[in-house]
Amino acid sequence: MSTKKWIGLALVALALLALPLVLTSVGTAWVRITNLAILFIFLALGLNIVVGMAGLLDLGYIAFFAVGAYVYALLASPHFGLHLPFWVILPLGALFAGMAGAILGAPTLRLRGDYLAIVTLGFGEIVRIFLNNLSQPFNITNGPKGITRIDGLNIAGMDFVNTHTLFGIPFTGPAKYYYVLLILLLLVIVVNLRLQKSRIGRAWVAIREDELAAKAAGINTRNMKLLAFAMGATFGGIAGGMFSAMQGFVSPESFILHESILVLAMVVLGGMGNVWGVIAGAMLLSFVPELLRYTVDPVQQMLFGKLLIDPEVLRMLIFGGALVLTMRFRPAGLWPESRHKLEMSENRS
Amino acid sequence: MSVVLLEARNIGKRFGGVQALKDVSLTIRAQEIYGLIGPNGAGKTTFFNVMTGLYPRDGGEVLFGGVPLELDTPYLVAQAGIARTFQNIRLFGNMTAIENVMVGRHVRTHAGVFGAILRTPGQRAEEAAIRRRAEELLHYVGIPHRANDLARNLSYGDQRRLEIARALATEPQLLALDEPAAGMNATETVALRKLIEGLRADGLTVLLIEHDVKLVMGLCDRVAVLDYGEKIAEDVPGVVQKDPKVIEAYLGAGGD
Repeated sequence: MSTKKWIGLALVALALLALPLVLTSVGTAWVRITNLAILFIFLALGLNIVVGMAGLLDLGYIAFFAVGAYVYALLASPHFGLHLPFWVILPLGALFAGMAGAILGAPTLRLRGDYLAIVTLGFGEIVRIFLNNLSQPFNITNGPKGITRIDGLNIAGMDFVNTHTLFGIPFTGPAKYYYVLLILLLLVIVVNLRLQKSRIGRAWVAIREDELAAKAAGINTRNMKLLAFAMGATFGGIAGGMFSAMQGFVSPESFILHESILVLAMVVLGGMGNVWGVIAGAMLLSFVPELLRYTVDPVQQMLFGKLLIDPEVLRMLIFGGALVLTMRFRPAGLWPESRHKLEMSENRS
Repeated sequence: MSVVLLEARNIGKRFGGVQALKDVSLTIRAQEIYGLIGPNGAGKTTFFNVMTGLYPRDGGEVLFGGVPLELDTPYLVAQAGIARTFQNIRLFGNMTAIENVMVGRHVRTHAGVFGAILRTPGQRAEEAAIRRRAEELLHYVGIPHRANDLARNLSYGDQRRLEIARALATEPQLLALDEPAAGMNATETVALRKLIEGLRADGLTVLLIEHDVKLVMGLCDRVAVLDYGEKIAEDVPGVVQKDPKVIEAYLGAGGD
């Protein structure tokens, strides 16, 4: 790498490290919003393996997020009186989610496209309804009331609730979560990029392009598809665990179909198959609605002197409109996979 | 020359009421170029699909090197050493030419998820070897300059070559080509013929479905003729050409 590139990288790193401190001065809420955005990047990158690389349309992806979240919640809350450390539960949640991914994958191996989408949609709902109803005869999930007072992270005796002052700089709870998420995110990006350029990643793309030809070329499509489901779900599980720790509360309401679709929209909007595009898509769809939330109201007050349209309604309207426009003018996504870009260019022979 | 490489025994395949293949048996010897011809709809491609495990069969078995092929799992057929191309080219369109060939190396390599994530020395060495081999194969089939182009942007002839390169990447003993000359012009067909002869010279056995009778008769050591799902002849080209049953199948009954 050239010196220029290193300097650029160092600047980006510095900006990322300083971000929560800057945002805290605007309002801690923005640090929380950023943290949630990072979780959504996690989810989008996980779903990108399944949908973007392997081409398996999954509409129930949020179920794996739910599995990770509940594994964490059950093992680190007063609900069962268990308080295991996060470095045990987080991998455990990832493992359970990965297993759930394989369980979903197994019966759907012969399905593609619309049919697969319907089954995965059903799976997502089944998980949510289970969480809603597993309060009797034995109270496992506490039903719709959810699980409260979940332990936050605690690394080397430093809890993530209070503000700590280091070198005269105050670090709030959300800011500390931000740094943990940033490290995890870095790992997830590296894993994604490396998988993409490996024997496994090529096999996934081959299945997406032509499953029959992939079979004939010697790819064990059954195992590769299961692996894609399991890997994608694992990412969802990690995100779920962090979600539980950050929020301190989970209930089935957080894992509705709308969330699955939102994550899918991030992948498609950003550019299926391209890690950077997917990250961009996830950030956009996380931040823009929040920005609108804070601007719609004051702008209307300023223009009309009163609130004409409820911010929530207008927010979704603008959001939906933006999605339609993007798909109309950039059908391959904002930042498509380089392969798709080649596809658009002229035949250079 | 006379070692039997592949032996199909009583292969049957039915689509609803249509008997696409009826007790087809044939033997392919090591290092020969074996032609499979017949009128349209005779069952040639169906035989290919059954033989490579892409269609479930209704009866019969295929021995490869004396061992029964596991026809229910196509990737095991590829692992056993049979590679194929498709009549209507089936490449991975949105992957580059070299990536297409690299996919073919999948069955002969082993790197898993953890190797890929951790970039272990073993995985990196294997990845480099995959790329090297893919480059060699693109060179072998004559399209090294197209390595980084998307498969879908290649010309028709180059796509055919790329498909052969991908098949060769699986290190087959038997290469099954489904109408490789279809849609090719005369120059391309001559080049293809040279390529196939080169493959045989390198120790491969070739099974060829082809409509171009001139190509088949000039190239193949032995030819089998399918008609309405049944094998009606199997011999050296000179004999098959004069077989009355074959003439009838192609030209219709003579006389009235």
